[in-house]
Amino acid sequence: MGISKAALAGTLESSDIQITLSPAANGIQIELTSAVASQFGEQIKKVITQTLQSLGIDNVAVKAVDKGALDCVIKARTIAAGQRALGQKEPAWEVL
Amino acid sequence: MLKNKVGVEISENVLKQYGYQPFAGTKIGHLISQRVAPAVHVMAGPSKVATSLADVVKNNVRDGMTISFHHHLREGDMVFNQVMQLIIDEGIKDLTLAPSSLTNVMNDMVIKAIKAGTVTHITSSGMRGSLGDAVSHGLLPNPVIFRSHGGRARAIETGKIKIDVAFLGVPNADEMGNANGMTGDAAFGSLGYALMDARYADKVVLLTDNIVDYPNTPASINQTQVDYVVKVDQVGDPDLIGSGATRFTKDPKELKIAQMVNSVITHSPYFKNGFSFQTGSGGAALAVTRYLRQAMIDQKIKASFALGGITKPTTDLLDEGLVKKVMDVQDFDKGAADSMHKNPAQQEIDSSWYADPFNKGAMVSKLDVVILSALQIDTDFNVNVLTGSDGVIRGAIGGHQDAATAKLTIISAPLVRGRLATIVPKMTSITTPGDSIDVVATELGIAINPARQDLVKQLSHIPGVPVYTIQELQQKAADIVGQPVPIQYIDRPVALAEYRDGTLIDVIHQVQE
Repeated sequence: MGISKAALAGTLESSDIQITLSPAANGIQIELTSAVASQFGEQIKKVITQTLQSLGIDNVAVKAVDKGALDCVIKARTIAAGQRALGQKEPAWEVL
Repeated sequence: MLKNKVGVEISENVLKQYGYQPFAGTKIGHLISQRVAPAVHVMAGPSKVATSLADVVKNNVRDGMTISFHHHLREGDMVFNQVMQLIIDEGIKDLTLAPSSLTNVMNDMVIKAIKAGTVTHITSSGMRGSLGDAVSHGLLPNPVIFRSHGGRARAIETGKIKIDVAFLGVPNADEMGNANGMTGDAAFGSLGYALMDARYADKVVLLTDNIVDYPNTPASINQTQVDYVVKVDQVGDPDLIGSGATRFTKDPKELKIAQMVNSVITHSPYFKNGFSFQTGSGGAALAVTRYLRQAMIDQKIKASFALGGITKPTTDLLDEGLVKKVMDVQDFDKGAADSMHKNPAQQEIDSSWYADPFNKGAMVSKLDVVILSALQIDTDFNVNVLTGSDGVIRGAIGGHQDAATAKLTIISAPLVRGRLATIVPKMTSITTPGDSIDVVATELGIAINPARQDLVKQLSHIPGVPVYTIQELQQKAADIVGQPVPIQYIDRPVALAEYRDGTLIDVIHQVQE
């Protein structure tokens, strides 16, 4: 499924990640900016992709600006952005 | 390939090409070291004041020479860029740049000078930011040689660094070149690193914005050493020379680490009347000084001396009588710089006296306790302060290798920084050998070097200070951040890290894009 509107979650503070989702048609496209991209870039993308898929989103453009976030933070921000993009009022607790 | 004492594989080619012996241990031994002497251009004129810096550059700097600067003006430096621009404009090529260190304000100009072919060799304590990045990606044709402050003093004294022209910014000087670092708009306190250049360079050019009446005292640099005094508009921006008023950290992680460090010190056998110490300028180090002050008052203990780079919290201890002498090679803030002027117990020392392993006794060898920082620590207690987790140069050796020879060397560092582990199985480069590191203090607890069973006994039961093995701490860090992908390097050395005795401790390679 795709998303109908753009959504954002997270900040640019140290140890956070800002995830921006926009509607797109060609699968999950991630544009990642991170100071630790050379060491953790693939892992960050993997967490974002898996989290989006667990929400049922498989067509989306992702802009991720990472400030050294741990996997749990990346997952939380991606869920928040995803649920906002889907217009869900209540968190889908079962995917957490 | 052969392995040096810290297990770094170094090719015979590198050793041969750059004239190195592999690092073989921290012991210096009783060798005889030969010092060199500079050429002296005899003069007896009434004044050395030159009106044109451009003329001084033109008449004294030639292709292939070694030129030097000091970094006491730190981010407020207005000397380096001015001089380097004139040298580039003059079309001079193939210089060796041999400053005591390079600060961020110099980065763009160094890159420009490298691109122009003006600078082809660099030796420094360190480099950061855009310059470190450019060098790590192969900008400089020859590897940078990184030396500790004591190592640079040794290299200058033994002629490994032969300075042709030293350009030294000073906040005051008289017409003959008597100068100190203590008064004037750009006052920065101790001239510790620059004193080596003044003594050993063939030509010494002082740049100042403040020519004072002859004779100028106290004269840290004196007229017997100086060839030119050049008047410039401004040598430094006072707001950027030191980190203004020192503010204590409120970061709970830094405070926790500082408490750990303080507990280690106060429970060690070295914490007794007449002990000596060195702390750095980081947030945790400043907090340690504050905790240590309270412990000294509570237990009625006074220190014989504090050493190295000095901050106001340390000169406050001097004012309170808790420390008898401050032996000062550089001042990190205005408070410390001002204090040197007022308090005769705050002695200016040069970097040889401070830390040089090849003299008749450096002060670091009398040091009881030192607190040092780290970018990375490995499970052999080796420390990296030169390269980031991405392999890119972003630090300086400073006095790290030198001060680490203290009786109790404590590395204070957070377990993780953002997503980067500080304690790792393999670092991006080795600066200081684990042999000289005794305790690693993190926010979670400490690890004691198993080579120091005496400390294991003494420090294993401190309330509130959990003891782990270094491997356990490394595992805890890995559990938090996950497994990083190894850095890819190109087989081309971009920097050589010397140990303080001039042997080769590590080779830093170009990073792949």
